[in-house]
Amino acid sequence: MRRDEQPPANTRPSMDELSMQGQAPLSGMQRIRAAFAGVPILGWLVGILCAVFIERYFGDEISYQLYLPKVPVLFGCLIMFKKPLLIPSALAYVTLIYVVPIAASARLSAVFTNRIAAVLDRGPIALSCLIHVGLLYAALHYWADLSDYRLLVLKLTMIAVMLTLSINLINGYMGEFSCSHPGFMALGAYSSSVLTLFFFGNHSLFGPALLPAALGPYCFPLALIIGGLIASAGALVVAIPSFRTRGDYLAIISLAFLFIVKSLIENMEWVGGPRGISGHPNWSSLPVVYMWMIACIWVINNFVRSIYGKALNALRDNEMAAEAMTVNTRKTKMVAFMLGAFWAGVAGGLFAHVMRFVNPGTFGIQRLAEILAMLYFGGLNSVVGSIFGAVSINLISEMLRPLELYKWIVIPLILILVMIYRPSGLLAFREFDVKDILRPKHTGVGRGE
Amino acid sequence: MEFFLQNMVNALQWGSFYALIALGYSMAYSIMMVFNFAHGDIFMTGAYIGFGVASLLLAFCLASGLAMPGWTILSLTIVISMILTSFLGVLVERVGYRPLRSAPRASAAITGLMIGIILETGNLAILGARRLSFPELIQSTTYDLGGIFVTNKKILIVAVSLALMFALHQFIHKTRWGMAMRAMSYDFEVVPLMGVSLNVLAPMTFAIGSGLAAAAGILYGLAYPVLDPYMGVLLGWKAFVAAILGGRGSILGAALAGFILGFIEIFVPMVFPSTLRDLIAYSIILLILTFRPYGFFGQPHSTQLRL
Repeated sequence: MRRDEQPPANTRPSMDELSMQGQAPLSGMQRIRAAFAGVPILGWLVGILCAVFIERYFGDEISYQLYLPKVPVLFGCLIMFKKPLLIPSALAYVTLIYVVPIAASARLSAVFTNRIAAVLDRGPIALSCLIHVGLLYAALHYWADLSDYRLLVLKLTMIAVMLTLSINLINGYMGEFSCSHPGFMALGAYSSSVLTLFFFGNHSLFGPALLPAALGPYCFPLALIIGGLIASAGALVVAIPSFRTRGDYLAIISLAFLFIVKSLIENMEWVGGPRGISGHPNWSSLPVVYMWMIACIWVINNFVRSIYGKALNALRDNEMAAEAMTVNTRKTKMVAFMLGAFWAGVAGGLFAHVMRFVNPGTFGIQRLAEILAMLYFGGLNSVVGSIFGAVSINLISEMLRPLELYKWIVIPLILILVMIYRPSGLLAFREFDVKDILRPKHTGVGRGE
Repeated sequence: MEFFLQNMVNALQWGSFYALIALGYSMAYSIMMVFNFAHGDIFMTGAYIGFGVASLLLAFCLASGLAMPGWTILSLTIVISMILTSFLGVLVERVGYRPLRSAPRASAAITGLMIGIILETGNLAILGARRLSFPELIQSTTYDLGGIFVTNKKILIVAVSLALMFALHQFIHKTRWGMAMRAMSYDFEVVPLMGVSLNVLAPMTFAIGSGLAAAAGILYGLAYPVLDPYMGVLLGWKAFVAAILGGRGSILGAALAGFILGFIEIFVPMVFPSTLRDLIAYSIILLILTFRPYGFFGQPHSTQLRL
């Protein structure tokens, strides 16, 4: 078992302290890192908010001055690939709108944000989390407000985060190679779609609405939860054989499960068969998806840091030893599979209501490759790695969209390189300690005392 | 009865594709303990290479006025494409699997998956999305064996695949290299210490597997003369399941499981609607694995993923 042992953060002298002691002349990169070492997460959030507001109010004007056809949607990448002549303008835009405002406001406000962070640090952690999560939501909301494309990318990214986290529970923390995740997702997606359309939609397959549409958004979480529960019931098909067999044969069982689910849905005419269902109500708005994602991160992070998470790791490293140390292996495996499947089901339900269309073809091998790519890019056995992997693979694949076909050569190449140099992923085996992340950074110049 | 026997012939043909592809998966899995997810796409590439070689040979015949019979062209195509595809297999091993030999096995599986995607996309980028039709190398003739209709292509396909499987079996059990491979599948930690070089054995494994996949591709092209870049995904995953179902370290098991899968897929549409084919096939596999968790001929062994 390789594990990236990290020295505790407080024993490592920061760049600022080093420079004050005059030990080593700092290079350019080190100097930049030193300057921003004192900015807490709150400071960065404030910086991002500033940048988003600048783009909101001055984006059109700046892009007009830079001869850009419109405000670049994804950090100018799409424009750069389409019209190479506009690369300098796009770079200038990104610098003016994102890099400079974020850096400047984060750095300048560090004194105040550190003070606020220190106050929050003394208070209850829930309040502090809530404020950070709210600020992040505000930034994302106004960022996505500018174009529908951004909104869609953002929603899909959040769903991808949930999927990656939930598969990390099985593939990373428990150490099985489960291929059934698109199957769980399909179960959740179809269950919640059928529920919402049966009760609230005037649909050709399910008849007129039974309940008033005004109730819909309130019942939507219920539909998602039922979808997740059905997915976790389906997970028993994979979890029960896992008592007897591990590793490779479980991989085959989970693969067979994926194909069975897909084929089953294709054969059920009352949910549309291979044609799928469409016409979902538009209830997967940004705040809804965001809240579910935060809930997913919260639950899974707490789960893996709890005694169950430790039991999972013990199970992965040596099942027999774990059993000798009073770990109830069957229960642990079942709980992990069902929890992972639950969140995959919820993510599937959200996905169905974002796309407003589901068909069985969506949940095939292609989706499996995508989820595995996100998982192994980000890193096994780490919540922060899953988030990083999902966000970066999603953003990369959207940014490379102008490359069309060649996108699917570039992304696999990136992944092969990552696998060769970091076989467990880029941020594998990290603990995600919320309190540690939100802590004020009392180093050097940013000090507020 | 005749209907049953007729379907038996079809199932033998369909199963021999699965069996040939499954052998490659099974060899990589037995000897190096990797899921070679790129193998399905190597099969696809093999079919395309076969298409290229056959077209070149036909063009050469036309240009030089040399009258080669179809059988000669076919055998030349099979041999040349098997050799060419073996090089592809060696390349895949060198690029994708050798740097990851000490890494977790799941990472190697991901690399294989990604190499597969690259092969598919590369094919799409080079040849475009239109489907190619495999040249008709031999004239199809139908024999009537007491009510059962057998084409010469079907006989050829089953005969060639059985011959290849027999050759592989002889290679594994009669030669020194085969002995080294069996030893490696028995224990891949101690055997390298005994002077068996994994750096020789692994490329050889991949070369043989890819060669078999190329043969399967050409035979597939003979039976169903439509090539598209995603045909490897369709057959490859099922053959993978068959390979694991056969049991680790068992060539016979992989071939048998391939044929069984072929039989299931042909016989299920006889009784049930054909849309239920995958569902029933995989349910049977799930049942088999529930009662024989290590496959047909596999021994229980520590299959912990080295994370």
